[in-house]
Amino acid sequence: MTAEVRFDAVQHRFGSFTALHQVDLTIAAGEFIVLLGPSGCGKTTLLSILGGFLTPSAGRVLIGGRDMTHVAPKDRPTTTMFQDYALFPHMSLRDNVGFGLRMRGIGRAARNARAGEMLDMVGLADKAGRRPHELSGGQRQRVALARALAVSPDVLLLDEPLGALDLKLRRQMQEELKAIQRRVGTTFVHVTHDQEEAMAVADRIVVMNQGRIEHCGTPQEVYLRPATLFSANFMGEVNRIPVASGGATPLGPMPFGQGTLCLRPESIGLAGDLPLGPARLEEAAFFGAYLRCYFRPVAAPGMRLVAHLPQGLHLKVGDEVALFARDPVILPTESGAVA
Amino acid sequence: MMRFLSWAYLAATFAFILLPVVVLVVFSFQDGRLPVPPFRGATLRWYGEILGNRALMAALRNSLLVASGSALVSVVLGFLAASGLARVALPGSALMRGVLIAPMTVSYLIIALGLLQMFNQVGIRPSLIATGIGHVVINLPLCFAILYAAMGEHQRNAMRAARDLGAAEWQVLWLISVPMLAPAVAAAFFLSFTFSWDEFIIAFLLTRFDVTLPVEIWSMLRSGLSPKTNAIGSLVFLVSVVMVVALELTLFRKART
Repeated sequence: MTAEVRFDAVQHRFGSFTALHQVDLTIAAGEFIVLLGPSGCGKTTLLSILGGFLTPSAGRVLIGGRDMTHVAPKDRPTTTMFQDYALFPHMSLRDNVGFGLRMRGIGRAARNARAGEMLDMVGLADKAGRRPHELSGGQRQRVALARALAVSPDVLLLDEPLGALDLKLRRQMQEELKAIQRRVGTTFVHVTHDQEEAMAVADRIVVMNQGRIEHCGTPQEVYLRPATLFSANFMGEVNRIPVASGGATPLGPMPFGQGTLCLRPESIGLAGDLPLGPARLEEAAFFGAYLRCYFRPVAAPGMRLVAHLPQGLHLKVGDEVALFARDPVILPTESGAVA
Repeated sequence: MMRFLSWAYLAATFAFILLPVVVLVVFSFQDGRLPVPPFRGATLRWYGEILGNRALMAALRNSLLVASGSALVSVVLGFLAASGLARVALPGSALMRGVLIAPMTVSYLIIALGLLQMFNQVGIRPSLIATGIGHVVINLPLCFAILYAAMGEHQRNAMRAARDLGAAEWQVLWLISVPMLAPAVAAAFFLSFTFSWDEFIIAFLLTRFDVTLPVEIWSMLRSGLSPKTNAIGSLVFLVSVVMVVALELTLFRKART
């Protein structure tokens, strides 16, 4: 089961603090959407509004075309996978996963069968009789996912579900989440502040900041063609070069209008379409997959450029090389948008 | 030497605490008319007499009734109050919690006097029901405090998850809250039961024809000391011990999970 979600001019205030300004967003049925942003950006508020735990101060929420703004969580076609799992400690995994079905009046035999099926999907079929406290963190996370999906929701909400797991397990769970989402076809709305996680799982990423949507697009679009300086910064490291009107930059004239030139470290190298002029290697560190280098442009000794170069390169500190860039992005300079 | 002193101190403390009870229990077996030394030999005669005493047995039944009834009502009301206040943060939450717990600081005598006057006004006669209400007044704050303290973030999240999965509010309370809080609920119940079982002043002022056991014992004492009072005292003590042990076991279970 799956459904489209629409936020229609949704606004939310906590007292005098505005958590969400006029958010408009349409999520296609079956899409894996990630709401990404720093803490306090409004992403969790938006998720709570979708789950029915908060009623927006203004605006409407539609799920599958039906207005759900004032519908209680229990009557919505949504379920949530909570950050701390929120499993029921006094119930077996089978009863945990079957709880939603029990609330829908489904008989024991049918719901046990369904619970077994869901536990099988997350690889815990042999532990159906165990209690949550006998499981590891990653296993609990899987039970929480199975429980939320057991009732075949139209939309699954994931509230920083992988935040408590260690890095390796997190990467593994990301792949599993993505695979399970493809299998069940449910619309997933996932909240995180980890941009790598966002790129790993999302069909589309919604970058949020201070209660507004900064950018909404595929991982490639958001990373390579950021719409704002904030999302450029938030999605990963970026070199910023100011461009004055007429294309004047500290590195010499460039074919751009006024704004900020943003270059990812991996977009700077010894070949490319956009010459950056000569620069001196100041520091280099071996990172395994790449060589992380700090350059000082000869034309602008006050500036420092970070570049990720292929690891086989033989450069010594103090060497002077000609730098080039690919995939340049020019963004309007705005105030107060620094991450 | 220090070691010996500390053991001696421990023994002295235990003697100080337990000796009166031990004396009470020992002389309940006294083969003689007075529960005073010397000990003349053991007999179960006095236990036989009190078990055959109708007034005493009626008082015992009344006490059990009042204690279990008032403990049950206190736990239910305390649980609902704690669930409500734990769920939402209202502007007056702190004040409401304070007001709920306030009766704990008032002496039983004052509460009994207040209840006596108020019951007179509204026409409730002194009775077991009146005593039961009095015991709910003293035990509700206790139950509320125990249960409210037991409700943590963990609990709130599980309740939220249950609502999210389609549980109605009564199902959230009955299927999630109560089982998760079972040790605290049991502790609150047994403590309330014990307090009501031992309580004298409120029961004394708020009963008339049907009395609870402490009141009955008190009226027996007015006719002088007898091994009979020791025997009934030992029985009351035994019930309290059973309750405390039950309490220990439920709290112990909580510590384990």
